[in-house]
Amino acid sequence: MKIEFSSPLSNVENIIDSLKNKEGALLPILHAIQKEVGYIAPNTIERIATKLKQTPAEIHGVISFYHQFRTSPPGKYKIQICRAEACQSRGSRQLEEHAKERLNIDYHQMTSDKKFSLDSVYCLGNCATGPNIRINDELYGRISNEKFDQVLSNVDRDLK
Amino acid sequence: MTMKIFIPRESTAVSLGAHDVAQAFTQYASRHDIDLKIVRNGSRGLFWLEPMIEIETAQGRMAYGPVESSDVASIMEDITHNICNEKPPCHALSLGLTEDIAYLKKQTRLTFARAGIIDPVSLDDYLALDGFKGLQKALALSTQDIVTSVVESGLRGRGGAAFPTGIKWQTVRDAVAEQKYIVCNADEGDSGTFADKLVMECDPFMLIEGIIIAGLAVGANQGYIYLRSEYPIADEILQHAIKIANEAGYLGNDICGSGKRFHLEVRLGAEAYICGEETALLESLEGKRGMVRFKPPLPAIEGLFGKPTIVNNVLSLAAIPFIMSQGSHAYQQYGTNRSRGTLPFQLAGNVKQGGLIELPFGSSLKDLIDDFSGGTESNRPIKAIQVGGPLGAYLPVNKLDIPLDYEAFSKASAVLGHGGIVVFDDSVDMLEQARFSMEFCVVESCGKCTPCRIGSTRGVEVIDKIKNNDRRVENMTLLNDLCDTMIDGSLCAMGSMTPIPVRSAYSDFPQDFYLPTQESNHD
Ligand SMILES: Cc1cc2nc3c(=O)[nH]c(=O)nc-3n(C[C@H](O)[C@H](O)[C@H](O)COP(=O)(O)O)c2cc1C
Ligand code: SF4
Ligand code: FES
Repeated sequence: MKIEFSSPLSNVENIIDSLKNKEGALLPILHAIQKEVGYIAPNTIERIATKLKQTPAEIHGVISFYHQFRTSPPGKYKIQICRAEACQSRGSRQLEEHAKERLNIDYHQMTSDKKFSLDSVYCLGNCATGPNIRINDELYGRISNEKFDQVLSNVDRDLK
Repeated sequence: MTMKIFIPRESTAVSLGAHDVAQAFTQYASRHDIDLKIVRNGSRGLFWLEPMIEIETAQGRMAYGPVESSDVASIMEDITHNICNEKPPCHALSLGLTEDIAYLKKQTRLTFARAGIIDPVSLDDYLALDGFKGLQKALALSTQDIVTSVVESGLRGRGGAAFPTGIKWQTVRDAVAEQKYIVCNADEGDSGTFADKLVMECDPFMLIEGIIIAGLAVGANQGYIYLRSEYPIADEILQHAIKIANEAGYLGNDICGSGKRFHLEVRLGAEAYICGEETALLESLEGKRGMVRFKPPLPAIEGLFGKPTIVNNVLSLAAIPFIMSQGSHAYQQYGTNRSRGTLPFQLAGNVKQGGLIELPFGSSLKDLIDDFSGGTESNRPIKAIQVGGPLGAYLPVNKLDIPLDYEAFSKASAVLGHGGIVVFDDSVDMLEQARFSMEFCVVESCGKCTPCRIGSTRGVEVIDKIKNNDRRVENMTLLNDLCDTMIDGSLCAMGSMTPIPVRSAYSDFPQDFYLPTQESNHD
């Protein structure tokens, strides 16, 4: 699944307008914007605040609470490695080391070509067939170091 | 004659290539002019065999697994040469009749009776296997009679705290309010748990039915499923099933022509473990930071938007259709002591045969591991087993005789929780696991109380000092004191239970903390 980085602000307005009358609308709005734009930009935060009659600080407070929301563009492919116990018992600690080395970045960083960002996640519900990773919305199970490289070169090929 | 093959669309199967396998079957069939119908079913929960495909035969379904795209041609040959001519299959991946697989035969599937058998979004499949019978019964009962059935079933919340479901429902039913809500907790954040996900991906109508019945029982007409965003396939399947249920009149303004109203919506979380805690979940649904609320008032009295609210786990709600259609006695007869019915155990981690195992409460943890795990994946001896998620104790091998029931686990200072079982082999370093428990609390604390927010950070530091032999004895005392402070001073179980895995690590595996082994009762 591709994430588009730039989208006219009017789209964002439409998203907010279509969702703002829901009960507890903020999370659905943030999800919809992040899905559309890839992240939630500062000017977007102001728009949401105005429309929901809240302060930008309040909206920012919510965004920063959740691991999933981001205020800057992610890599084209957002790689998440499961760090939780069941994956640890199947070798995810080694996989983490390998991935950082392979991509030459640490968690919460992005490769300089902006292709890949690396993040952790705590349990993907695939605990019997770990180590597990997720790339954007796709889940991959039984990820050995070799398979990690293979999956990455496959998505890299799709990118070109 | 049409050949019918089942290929799961459930996320573990998909993560191991089920979509590619399905495509390979389609291509093979068109190349060889075979009239093939592929049904994308759920999973039986035999994960080491996924993608597991099944072919429908006169004797029942025959299974093959784990299948890769490259196996498809030879499997199709086995099917056309042997199975279609009523000869036994001889392919290396043949597993025989699915129903005869020992791992399945040894289970008692009440909640997971349909999982893997039906197409999850086929209403006809659901109806053919008792679907919506519970709702029909409930529609003919008074609200009190529905609640009484749930009380009598002995069902206790499956989300961790094991609070009696019927009593919670009674409180909400008795509360006087214009508006009430049903909230299904589908945040399933614990490592080693996936039963909620399987319900949603394999039999979503069962969950929807359970939620509607809850609405009828307490007089709520709006429900939310708070689903973790890590589960996109569950989201897709639920959305589809809700749409179908609306169109067929099971949801909406006139449920089955009864004049009763119920609406249901899926809301996504955003990667925050604490949002599984019920009050944090409600804050999140209201569009706020997922910070834990003080209790009382209980959500049953003042819940979502200040209104009486049932917050129940997926498995609790998913058990309701069986209880209503088969009767509370049928459910209550399974189990032991005060743990009634069945629990879907989730066997994960370093095991050969990880998967879903639904059993009545009461057998021992050791028997479950022996009967189902097939040994460790690494072929090394087991060293520790963590039960009940990241806030559960690590049990050493000499403590596995413990019966699988809520009270027996509490008595052993352990946690049965949501029934997740994670196996570690002898390469695990328990000091690292204890450190991870503290680190997880640092990352996932909601930040409301100091012992949890700051205490966990200190916990990581102290454990690092112990590891580096920096005043080891004093720091062990400090770690123990810190655990006491977190237990006594935390508002919710995140802070007050993080010491459970930490303490079990140093009490039961003292050698990993460089402690003399005879001092194994360190508390
Ligand atoms: C830190 C924390 C995380 C929790 N995570 C979940 C969860 O992911 N799913 C769940 O159903 N309950 C979770 N719970 C328990 C809920 O607070 C609540 O007890 C449960 O949803 C009630 O439903 P039940 O009675 O059907 O079990 C969690 C509790 C705590 C303290
Ligand atoms: S114990 Fe931790 S997670 Fe729970 S309320 Fe306090 S700070 Fe929040
Ligand atoms: S622990 Fe990694 S998927 Fe559950």
